[in-house]
Amino acid sequence: MSPQTRRATLVGLGALALGALGAAAMVVAHFRPEPGSHSALAIGGPFTLTASDGQTVSDSSYRGKWLLVYFGYTYCPDVCPTTLNDIAEALGRLGPLADRITPLFITIDPERDTPEVLGRYVMSFDPRIVGLTGTPEQIADVAREYRVYFKKRPTGKNPDDYLMDHSSILYVMDPEGRYVTLISAEQKPGQIAARLRQLISQSS
Amino acid sequence: MKALIIAASLALSLASVATAHAQAAPTSTIEIMAPWARATPGGAKNGAAYMTILNKGKEADRLVAMSTTVAKTAAMHRTETENGVMKMLAVDAVDVRAGSQAVFKPGGYHVMLMDLRQPLKEGESFPMTLTFEKAGKITVTVKVQKMGAADDNMGHMQQDMGGMKTE
Repeated sequence: MSPQTRRATLVGLGALALGALGAAAMVVAHFRPEPGSHSALAIGGPFTLTASDGQTVSDSSYRGKWLLVYFGYTYCPDVCPTTLNDIAEALGRLGPLADRITPLFITIDPERDTPEVLGRYVMSFDPRIVGLTGTPEQIADVAREYRVYFKKRPTGKNPDDYLMDHSSILYVMDPEGRYVTLISAEQKPGQIAARLRQLISQSS
Repeated sequence: MKALIIAASLALSLASVATAHAQAAPTSTIEIMAPWARATPGGAKNGAAYMTILNKGKEADRLVAMSTTVAKTAAMHRTETENGVMKMLAVDAVDVRAGSQAVFKPGGYHVMLMDLRQPLKEGESFPMTLTFEKAGKITVTVKVQKMGAADDNMGHMQQDMGGMKTE
């Protein structure tokens, strides 16, 4: 074997190894537990929260609908409006199929996001998006169940001067309330719509 | 790769828009291209403005402060998403190297408009004054675009490029 051939072979092997790694990574990325299975990845669970109209709701209020759950807050000027707008646009693209989906926007800033504030906010994007808030304890509970990270970061002297760091991920739950999959909030509306369409058609 | 190409095309598109919409002091080497803000959802207390800063001079400059009539405070922030967790980090200053540009766009650097005095409505515009270390103060007119403006904005800019495609 000439040095060149040896080098070419090594490079080839390296590429193969990388390819295998990539494939493995994709398998991991696509792995999801069977709906309802009690795996280590279980996400979601029972919650009690308050809707924009002041009504108390729970996870079972939405049985029969696919849920697209997103956690954020109304003081968030960049990522949350982008994501909510993407959700609204995805609903538009799904046409009548969107009737089978309820998007939930759960605030991780319950101190400032009252039901009224949240209601006006989500309404601006799409009246089908449901804004949910609750007591700090209720929010902490639902965030824990969804494995959502959130943390208050003060930005000034006043108690109201703060921003929230938070998980920015879309969670898909099936009509039985079981976790199905995650969708990255960085996906475009067309991709979100396509994924939901695929999940719903697979199930029926 | 595709994202890179899109980013590059967007930068180019922005540059082309600059010729039409650039705002700068007559003698300044700093140009602010296409400053825009997103219309705010009902009840929102904060908003965000975006732009591209072009430094046509031979010296580096630095954006150090900003103010606007529509918000009590305007400050630079950078959105950072890591492992699905979104953080907005305060940025004291943004350097713009000579012959280079600084891009403020959704999901990245933005001017956070805190404690809005009025909702930002699509079609309206407002003044924003940017303070640079060397170029001094530059006041620009920020156009308010619809809430989901990020993608649309790109669409219009591509049209401005005369059929340039991102894919």
